[in-house]
Amino acid sequence: MTTPIITVEGITKSFGDVHALTGVDLEVEPGTVYGLLGPNGAGKTTTVRVLTTLLKPDAGRATVAGYDVVSQAAELRTAIGLAGQYAAVDEILTGRENLEMVGQLYRLSTAEARSRADEILERFDLAYAGDRPVKTYSGGMRRRLDLAASLVGRPQVLFLDEPTTGLDPRSRIGLWEFIERLVEGGTTLLLTTQYLEEADRLADRIAVIDKGTVIAEGTSDELKGRIGGDVLELQIANPENIPAAMAAVAGMCCGEANLDDDGETIRVPVESAVGTITDAVRRLDAAGVQLVDIAIHRPTLDDVFLTLTGEHVTQETNGNGELVGAGRGRRSRG
Amino acid sequence: MTAVTERPNTSPGNRIAWEIRDALVITRRNLFKYVRVPTLLIFSTVQPIMFVLLFAFVFGGAIALPGNLDYIDFLMPGIFIQTSIFGSTNTGIGLAEDMNKGLIDRFRSLPMSRSAVLAGRTVSDSVRNLFVVFLMTGVGYLIGFDFQNGFFSAVFAIALVLIFGYAFTWIQATIGLAIKDVESVQAASFVWVFPLTFASSAFVPIESMAGWLQWFARNNPITHAVNGARYLVLGEPWGSASDVWITLLWSGILLAVFIPLAISNYRKAV
Ligand SMILES: Nc1ncnc2c1ncn2[C@@H]1O[C@H](COP(=O)(O)OP(=O)(O)O)[C@@H](O)[C@H]1O
Ligand SMILES: [Mg+2]
Repeated sequence: MTTPIITVEGITKSFGDVHALTGVDLEVEPGTVYGLLGPNGAGKTTTVRVLTTLLKPDAGRATVAGYDVVSQAAELRTAIGLAGQYAAVDEILTGRENLEMVGQLYRLSTAEARSRADEILERFDLAYAGDRPVKTYSGGMRRRLDLAASLVGRPQVLFLDEPTTGLDPRSRIGLWEFIERLVEGGTTLLLTTQYLEEADRLADRIAVIDKGTVIAEGTSDELKGRIGGDVLELQIANPENIPAAMAAVAGMCCGEANLDDDGETIRVPVESAVGTITDAVRRLDAAGVQLVDIAIHRPTLDDVFLTLTGEHVTQETNGNGELVGAGRGRRSRG
Repeated sequence: MTAVTERPNTSPGNRIAWEIRDALVITRRNLFKYVRVPTLLIFSTVQPIMFVLLFAFVFGGAIALPGNLDYIDFLMPGIFIQTSIFGSTNTGIGLAEDMNKGLIDRFRSLPMSRSAVLAGRTVSDSVRNLFVVFLMTGVGYLIGFDFQNGFFSAVFAIALVLIFGYAFTWIQATIGLAIKDVESVQAASFVWVFPLTFASSAFVPIESMAGWLQWFARNNPITHAVNGARYLVLGEPWGSASDVWITLLWSGILLAVFIPLAISNYRKAV
């Protein structure tokens, strides 16, 4: 068992009446990617801000790279890199000037800062645009430059707060590849996200955070396993029959049926796969409901969230099928 | 991957050297804006020049000055001070903009000096003030203005204007970091500067003001600054050496109060 590179014990933080963090505990092993997953307002940014010394916690203790976030803040800042929720780059400067500036502020010599900027522009596929003002960059390029800037000081621990929020799907997948590349060097990464898919793909371990506290922690598989039973998903031919169908499958096992936010898929927890589909088909047939599709699924992180909080994390899409953000659905507990 | 741990030693002398370098990096970055966005430079200099011309030609004829002093000579020291004080409002606005773009967060997460962002901002805004003062002097000369006390007095006059304006940039930095919303900062930095500047000796002799205002205007630090600059530009009786000292004292007091306040706001900036 190695010594954790990030430890967080009982951190709380309130803004007046808003209890942003009500007690966060975390441990992150060196060289791993740790995902902080939660809906909007869960306390992800506040946690990152405490760990990067931008915000003093009200109570609790946290260390990063062996430095206390309060008493050793100055030393801690030499060991970290941060890319916040909004791309923090200067639009007037060129990409290269932005990186050189950050390098100089990490107190590299002017020459070092320059060569480091070149190297990083190359690594992030931005060399071709390095001498253009950032205001000519696309959203994805800005985000990449922002990530690049967080790496200038060769941090031991990197914090990325919602790195792909606001990006179109193609840029998002591109950015995931960059993130995977930047942790190849052994940097520890703590990243926050509202996207289950993102945490699943990038993170070695995940903490699910809600209302200012960690409600579950583990690997993606562990979290999926925690929900226990499998979920039966079914789609029926006639939407008018949805209530009847839900009533029909309600008593099958250990929970009531839910209607997915798409308004088409009915989901119901089931205990074992054996005989389940037959049972469901029989029940629906008796209720006079025609099936279009029926399947059993291992739980997704989405289901984990639903089980843990009684609320559902929805992924909203805009007209182009792009993810535009996640929020809470109104689905009742399954 | 290695952390950047081979940092230069942190002896006090070295620390100050690093703080100065950090501040210069930020100053340079702020000044880039004026080079890269020429329209910004044009529009931020048009207003002071317009003030010179408007005041000189609109009020010039109406204001009788003792001893037949030309109004433009009376006006220029006043308008220098007015410009450097109005110019200081850019400090709060610039910081609020950086904060809203997340740049302040980034700076605060870097192992740089805690005062460099503010020092860099206030210095670059003073550099801009200096540029505008030069430009206005040129325009003033075209319409009859003259430094009447020789070169060194002119240099001291401009230095006084810049020092006093510099003190105001720290007030505005404190305001900008506290209010954060750019448009509110814009309003909040102007709303008190405007009446304070006009209720001073900057544009008209205090004797011409309403009686109740005269008392205020006489004790207004801006009056001392204007009179100090006038003393250096024109000589007695338009101001006195004591106005220069009082202005330096005021600048010192404002800096002593607002530098710590601004830095404390910066540390807590969200
Ligand atoms: N500076 C602040 N002042 C007041 N409330 C805040 C502030 N920052 C965050 N909050 C509140 O704290 C809660 C957690 O916010 P945040 O950490 O930003 O969540 P997330 O990043 O997970 O969306 C939210 O209810 C938010 O409104
Ligand atoms: Mg956030």
